[in-house]
Amino acid sequence: MSDNILVRAANGAMDWVNERAPGLMPAYRKHMTEYYAPKNFNVWYYFGSLALLALVNQIVTGIFLTMHYKPSATEAFASIEYIMRDVPGGWLIRYMHSTGASLFFIVVYLHMFRGLIYGSGKKPRELVWLLGMVIFLTLMAEAFMGYVLPWGNMSYWGAQVIINLFGAIPYVGTALTEWIRGDFVVADATLNRFFALHVVALPLVLLLLVVLHLGALHEVGSNNPDGVDIKKKKDARGIPLDGIPFHPYYTVKDMFGAAVFVTIAAFIIFFEPTAGGVFLEHDNFFPANQLATPDHIKPVWYFTPYYAMLRAIPNKLAGVMVMGGAVLIMFLVPWLDKSEVKSIRYRPMLSKLMIGLFVIAFVVLGWLGSQAGSDMQKLTAQILTFFYFGFFLLMPIWSRMGTTKAVPERVTMHD
Amino acid sequence: MANQEVNTGRRRFLTVTTAVVGAVGVVGVAIPFARSWLPSAEALLAGAPVDVDISKLDNEPGMFMRVMWRGKPVFLYKRTPEQLALLPGLDNRLRDPNSDNADQTPAFAKNEHRSIKPELGVLVGICTHLGCVPLHKPEVQPQPFDPEWKGGFFCPCHNSRYDLAGRVFQGVPAPANLEVPPYKFVDDHHLIVGTPPAGAA
Repeated sequence: MSDNILVRAANGAMDWVNERAPGLMPAYRKHMTEYYAPKNFNVWYYFGSLALLALVNQIVTGIFLTMHYKPSATEAFASIEYIMRDVPGGWLIRYMHSTGASLFFIVVYLHMFRGLIYGSGKKPRELVWLLGMVIFLTLMAEAFMGYVLPWGNMSYWGAQVIINLFGAIPYVGTALTEWIRGDFVVADATLNRFFALHVVALPLVLLLLVVLHLGALHEVGSNNPDGVDIKKKKDARGIPLDGIPFHPYYTVKDMFGAAVFVTIAAFIIFFEPTAGGVFLEHDNFFPANQLATPDHIKPVWYFTPYYAMLRAIPNKLAGVMVMGGAVLIMFLVPWLDKSEVKSIRYRPMLSKLMIGLFVIAFVVLGWLGSQAGSDMQKLTAQILTFFYFGFFLLMPIWSRMGTTKAVPERVTMHD
Repeated sequence: MANQEVNTGRRRFLTVTTAVVGAVGVVGVAIPFARSWLPSAEALLAGAPVDVDISKLDNEPGMFMRVMWRGKPVFLYKRTPEQLALLPGLDNRLRDPNSDNADQTPAFAKNEHRSIKPELGVLVGICTHLGCVPLHKPEVQPQPFDPEWKGGFFCPCHNSRYDLAGRVFQGVPAPANLEVPPYKFVDDHHLIVGTPPAGAA
């Protein structure tokens, strides 16, 4: 120990704080240096921390966008163009935000897929899964409202379509849609309240949910690609033999993942920020026009799988229920999955096949939802919607079929 | 003060009543916030009736114009006698051929052509599915979306179809006919959208 005056001053300050907040260091240790995560995390385990990074990016860029954006129907579109053309570096901040939203969803979908293939939501981590699903729902609302703010023609008609989904509810539907819009059509009042929700209310909810999601995770500990419970084998000090402290081991690993992610993100933001009309649709570069619907109205890519299901059903109320059900049914995965093992590594071929088909169905539905919708596409969407729900509803049956492989006592390493 | 015995019954009563009163307070406070989302006085005022000059619609058969009422597009368009004659033949392909659903069809328009004057159609141009604006496709010719097209409205969002009286076809996502707004004629060339005709509800 050096007697350097700076070191002594810093230690003195630390002692001063610890005396007055004795719970601080134990909390830090519990969540960082003494949070033992399985040592066999693979590439899939980057997406949790990357989602947090994407959230921070959205918040920081969002704060700076609000400094120039005008939440009014007459000024919104022009203020976005002002940000893009006249604010120094405004284009970069705006693209970091708009492209960042798509990257956020890519990361979140991969994070959810990780949970599906490694059985991460299974007992005892159901609460972690449920909180994660609530985050996903909130994120969908947040993204939808954010997409309305530029007040482009696709923003406007997208808002019209999504709000009218609530009109399918019997008896109260029409009154409910007028209440949400604050007008007889999507109008200034709608834009203004969506701005408030997008910028203040939902981010607060999201941050709270993220804290709860991580808190719930740290109570039960992380799952891993083998689905082995590392707490079963502990050393003399009660530390899991296959566990390593989150800090510094996984903070360093996640920083590497973050560096790769930021590199890819920078490439997209600088060279292809609209992803050819996928991340930002061409029709949204026209101002909102109450009298002309875009010829081909569609949501941004991350909503297209559910949108394809909505369109596949030739009945308004049933279509809305199918669309909502497609998201809500994911809440139940921890209870629908009846397999004895968690990880896909030890599951029978049938389970691997089903999950593979599910990925294909989801991606194709996403593509169909972005298309104009010919009869053939509608039929395909109907078949895939049927499969989508079959995948979940029959999961208690197919996840139990076949012989599982023996799960090892300790995690396996491949180095 | 002496350490008196704890009266658990009284404590429970106080806890429950406090919780109930608190809950009532929370609901009461929520009401003004929820009410603030209702259409404002300004929005209600903007929903006032509008005058429309339709004299130019007579220039050619099949002409079409749009006006705004309550921020919604209202279609005004001429139908030829031939187009009107085709309407009854579609009845068995429609969901609500007689316009029995009063939500979209006020009593004054509950007839075959769903209008006051047979040749002049007046409809709210918002698809009853999810609120897009349908396209006016009056030509009687095969269309990609319907080989037996007799003229009507086609919604590009989700392929909902309506005939030239705004009646919805079967097998499309839209659940109901296009809405007929309240309107009345001032004279042959002027009408008011937003006010029902005298004597009608």
